[in-house]
Amino acid sequence: MTTLEVKNLAASINGKQILKDVSFTINGGEIHALMGPNGAGKSTLGYVMIGHPDYVVEHGSIKIDGIELIGKLPEERARAGLFLAYQTPVAVQGVKLSAFLRMAYNQLHPDTKMKIQDFYDELRKNLNKVGLDETFMSRSVNEGFSGGERKRVEILQMMMLKPKFVVLDEIDSGLDIDALKMVAEEIKKYYSDQVGFLIITHYQRILKNIEPGYVHILVDGKVVMNGGNDLSLRIEEEGYDWIRGA
Amino acid sequence: MVVEYTREEELDRLVHELKTVKTSDWEFHDKDNSVYSTGKGLNKNVVEEISEIKKEPDWMRRLRLRALEIFESKPVPTWGPDLSGIDWENTSYYNRPDERKTNNWDEVPDQIKDTFTKLGIPEMEQKYLAGSVAQYDSEGVYHNLKKVWEDKGVVFMDLDSAVQKYPDLVKDYYCRAVPFSDNKFAALNGAVWSGGSFLYVPKGVQIDMPLQTYFRMNGESTGQFEHTIVVADEGSKVHYIEGCTAPRYEKNSLHSAIVEIYVKKNAKARYTSVQNWSKSVYNMPTKRSWVDENANMEWVGGSLGSKVTMLYPSSYLRGPRATASNLNISLAGPGTVKDTGAKAIHLAPFTQSKIVAKSISIEDGKAIYRGLLRINKGAVDSKSKVQCDALLINDESASLTFPHDEIYDPTATFSHEASVGRIGTEELTYLRSRGLTEDEASSMIVLGFLDDVMREIPMEFAVEMNRLIKLEMNKLGAVG
Repeated sequence: MTTLEVKNLAASINGKQILKDVSFTINGGEIHALMGPNGAGKSTLGYVMIGHPDYVVEHGSIKIDGIELIGKLPEERARAGLFLAYQTPVAVQGVKLSAFLRMAYNQLHPDTKMKIQDFYDELRKNLNKVGLDETFMSRSVNEGFSGGERKRVEILQMMMLKPKFVVLDEIDSGLDIDALKMVAEEIKKYYSDQVGFLIITHYQRILKNIEPGYVHILVDGKVVMNGGNDLSLRIEEEGYDWIRGA
Repeated sequence: MVVEYTREEELDRLVHELKTVKTSDWEFHDKDNSVYSTGKGLNKNVVEEISEIKKEPDWMRRLRLRALEIFESKPVPTWGPDLSGIDWENTSYYNRPDERKTNNWDEVPDQIKDTFTKLGIPEMEQKYLAGSVAQYDSEGVYHNLKKVWEDKGVVFMDLDSAVQKYPDLVKDYYCRAVPFSDNKFAALNGAVWSGGSFLYVPKGVQIDMPLQTYFRMNGESTGQFEHTIVVADEGSKVHYIEGCTAPRYEKNSLHSAIVEIYVKKNAKARYTSVQNWSKSVYNMPTKRSWVDENANMEWVGGSLGSKVTMLYPSSYLRGPRATASNLNISLAGPGTVKDTGAKAIHLAPFTQSKIVAKSISIEDGKAIYRGLLRINKGAVDSKSKVQCDALLINDESASLTFPHDEIYDPTATFSHEASVGRIGTEELTYLRSRGLTEDEASSMIVLGFLDDVMREIPMEFAVEMNRLIKLEMNKLGAVG
């Protein structure tokens, strides 16, 4: 069974400590939610996990199947099976979505030789599933895309690149209700006992569509509480103040 | 059998090859095998000697001497990049590799043949070209034109041979578009020119495959001064390609070419050049075209190597409805300066020009766009569009734009667009988080930046450019 283990993680940016103590373990087949108020360090966790060079890890570990990712390059972490759907996906001028995804796929799955045609066929199919038309294939990555389109493309990338662990950072922001349903549908389809999810969210909205088995609450850089989905429901009703006070 | 790819697939495939590309460097050098050199320095005797060796007609000898006078009277230009590194005294202005010229590849001396084979020239010829000329140091060593074109009256050979065989034809065009008085380097070329191509396409002949000349500079501290003339007679169509490389030497070398292109009424000419001189070469060519009524001139240029390049291909739109376009890609690597651009001179009504310049600066590389647009009074309803895009790869990379517009006709319309981009940590990290290495990610961004240009240029050139850019990126190792 595949496992993602984050242990006693602390990290800073520009000398400022953002993550102080984060631990959780996600097994294949599990859906976890990481919830927390604004400024708790939720997005930072995503960036630290993928190895964004602006963040410095002070201590702790991030392991996939026992292999330490800290100190590894972003591309090595991707090859280990990690995928972050960005809260604000980056536009890359001139880099065509189809060519980019194919190159990424070949990097991540060097043993699966997929013909260009087959790859593009699958890409077309998946674009359709996330509600985008074929013209996106030849558009520059995220350039000129609306907020919602960017989010759909993040999910498309997940579908194409087939990671083992998916971190979704505020995937619902920018999506209207119908789009959210559609995206949630695809996430659920992708879900299997081979895949673990970490859904980072401020609100409980997305969790109505994808029910997590485990909920972690991040406040001020620390995971202060762990529980089941009932915890997310309580936050929906009462906010985060009761946790801070606890 | 050449496998056909669509452009999309080809670019896609090329991008995929990124990670497997070997840095097969062509900055190798052969031993200096010139059989004759005029030695270092330049004076009247050297010029006389070059003319003597070539057994030139007297008119050419006299033109050389006049050019020398003009060269000596003109100061080194100081309005652009620093040219103080050109060692005029220690440059040898003429080097001949071998006695013979041949149109049989097998007769090319082995060592020179090896060099061109390493550069992929024979393969290119077979696959893509209607004809080719290969020049090694000062002299053309090989030229070949497919018989079908020869039969139609096409002339394609090195200019020296053309001076002997078709003196009247050469006289009609030699230094008409680029007079010696134009600039110091043009005058220098007039004095010591050797090699270059002469291509004449008769009326109505439309050549569907490109013709290519390949220039290789081998000797240290040598100058290469080829002079190329392309004449597309009325209603004809031609595509001429040039490629240039040189080994890397400690001492600086000088390349100062003249290219003149005459596009007659209703004709179409395209001139494509890929320059990858080594980082010790001062590259100072003068390239100009005369474009007549309803004719079309296309300049496509890739400028990758050299220490300093100053290059502004010019189009003189002389007849009504003449059109010209310039597409230029400049890569200013570490320690190099690319001062490049274009000139469009509108002399007749309803003329149009389009200039697209893309530059990439790496480390302390400096890319400068310098352009001239002139629309004369009476060139009614003429149009011009200039677009300059720069991509900076590091913090210390630089890009400058010096457009110069002289618009004398009130009916003219023209526009300028400019953009500057930078490869940032966010973009790189995003691509890397999907599995691309840093090199792949930055190459992809660079190729992406060039994509709209790549779409408009000939396939074989796009392939070559891709390859060269990747080589350059690989050589640099980690970027960003």
